[in-house]
Amino acid sequence: MFGRSRPSWAWLLGGLAALVAAMVLGVAAGAASITPLDIAGALLAPVWPGMESPLDDRQAAVLVELRLPRVVLGAMVGGLLACAGAAYQGVFRNPLADPYLLGAASGGGLGATLVIAFGGDVFDSPRALVPVAAFLGALLGVAAAYALGHSTARGGTASLVLAGVAVSSFLSAVQTLLQQMRIEELQRIYAWVLGGLGRSGWDDIVMVTPYAVAAMVVLLGCGYLLDMLALGDEKAVSLGLNATAVRLIVISAASLATAAAVAVSGLIGFVGIVVPHIVRRLVGTGYRMILPMSLLVGGAFLVLVDIVARTVIAPAELPLGVVTAFLGAPFFIIVLRGTRDRSM
Amino acid sequence: MRNARRLSAALLPAALVLTAACGGPDTADGAGAGDSGGAFPVTVDDARGEVTIDEAPQRIVSLSPSTTEMLFAIGAGDQVAAADEYSDYPEEAPTTDLSGFTPSVEAISEEDPDLVILAGSAEDAAEQLDKLGIPVLVLDAATTLDDTYDQIRLLGEVTGEAESADAEADRVESEITGIVDETKEKLGDTDLSYYHEVDDTMYSATSDTFIGQIYNEFGLTNIADEADDAASSGGYPQLSPEFIVEADPDLIFLAYGGADAVEDVAERPAFDKVSAVQDDDIVQLDEDISSRWGPRVVDLAQEVSDAVLAASGEER
Repeated sequence: MFGRSRPSWAWLLGGLAALVAAMVLGVAAGAASITPLDIAGALLAPVWPGMESPLDDRQAAVLVELRLPRVVLGAMVGGLLACAGAAYQGVFRNPLADPYLLGAASGGGLGATLVIAFGGDVFDSPRALVPVAAFLGALLGVAAAYALGHSTARGGTASLVLAGVAVSSFLSAVQTLLQQMRIEELQRIYAWVLGGLGRSGWDDIVMVTPYAVAAMVVLLGCGYLLDMLALGDEKAVSLGLNATAVRLIVISAASLATAAAVAVSGLIGFVGIVVPHIVRRLVGTGYRMILPMSLLVGGAFLVLVDIVARTVIAPAELPLGVVTAFLGAPFFIIVLRGTRDRSM
Repeated sequence: MRNARRLSAALLPAALVLTAACGGPDTADGAGAGDSGGAFPVTVDDARGEVTIDEAPQRIVSLSPSTTEMLFAIGAGDQVAAADEYSDYPEEAPTTDLSGFTPSVEAISEEDPDLVILAGSAEDAAEQLDKLGIPVLVLDAATTLDDTYDQIRLLGEVTGEAESADAEADRVESEITGIVDETKEKLGDTDLSYYHEVDDTMYSATSDTFIGQIYNEFGLTNIADEADDAASSGGYPQLSPEFIVEADPDLIFLAYGGADAVEDVAERPAFDKVSAVQDDDIVQLDEDISSRWGPRVVDLAQEVSDAVLAASGEER
């Protein structure tokens, strides 16, 4: 069960290098004309005696206030979604479990929409509550999809996916209804649903970091438990594992990760399938490796996707969710064909 | 670009609604005739609060067609460095591919602006521009004719063209009054009803909206006022075909483009029973003029006047 063994630190270093490289590219790409050389100069100038920063104040502000937070947030969101996807796949022993398909993302989206549309009536600053509402919604979405999938056909791959699709569709319908009721917020919510990082700032990062860190600590700590679960429930129980408790903890943490991502960037699909799948190809089936690698590769992946979103129809931007769907949908079909309903 | 236009059209009702919910700008320091053109620094109130402009801006980025038209009308056109993709009037407007709906703050900063004027729906971009230290003015879409006059005067203040802006606002006001008075004189008492169609999915506009108030001036009755969600939709309810046929408007105004638009409306099922269709009183307004609350509202009033007189069988 424990796939090809490879020197894990080398893989993790490679993943980290990919993430750093993607982030450097991400900082260098954009509508404003700042070259990587300028950026290097701007970073070196304060510490290099006698060197002038090649950037004027405005370019520096673009870099610090727009580019950097966007790239950092992209890495965070991608890592969170990929890691959550890998964790869901481990818990449900299902290669197609994904925050987006399971209803976690649309549940989170609905929770966030509720707060955006109606929170102002109840609270002074609804913005801070968005991640909490998204978390509750995400949990609800996953619970509904899982319950539905299990009640129908013993929870095989196909039935879980179908249940997730049904739940997602229903939650999206509720969300559309809410949007119509609060039409003055429609445009903002519409843009947010399609997913994007274009309006992100450091304050968004500050807002989600605690949730993101909490979720990651739990998930990365659960790698070996997921490996035991993968042996099958009986075997896991005989090793002294409380399978139900592990499932609950991992699902909660993955849903929290999803919620944190959704709260700042809207609904971005397929990252949670594509990235863990690639990672599995690289490092085998051990979750102790899959989870941290998904975090790193997912971060790199979404930063690259964001570069595409920013540059294809510049100066306009494509919604991130559109780009990931372009890349992810064919991938999904490949994975689906490869599963044939055998458990992982 | 066709797709962008379609998407914008689809979002138009939302954008209109978004901006319709807010009040217009007030000039903070009681601007009026007699202000000198160079009274800087100047402080004005925009959608977000007070804005102080230290000196006359030379590189304005205008991200709404209405604003661009106003700036050129008051003689501040040469101070406009860049305008959004839909700012295609007047001819000499510096149209770029910048988006006014979803402004790219980086692309705006490339223009090295000393003032950016945004539509109300783009407030989150304003926050990012604040961080870059670029002065921003957020103008909500006008909801009354008075808002339009105020906005023209406000733009005059921030560009140092206060006097000509005053004159322009007065001109627009008196011309509209003239058109309305003349039309009413010819018309006498009228009980004509109308249906204003924002797009071909039958979004309409009530009398509480900017465009609705233009029709109000002429004494027309708006069928959308009776819609169930007239208020909850922010003044832009989506009507059903049944509702429209039932209401039987004497006039139908289409605020969108397309060579076959009039024909398509006439051919909708059961619409052949509607008076406006039977009497050929479907009027296709210029789609730009009927969605920009700038100086060209005069032309809009003229279009409505012509249609009303035609419908009532008057000689033009």
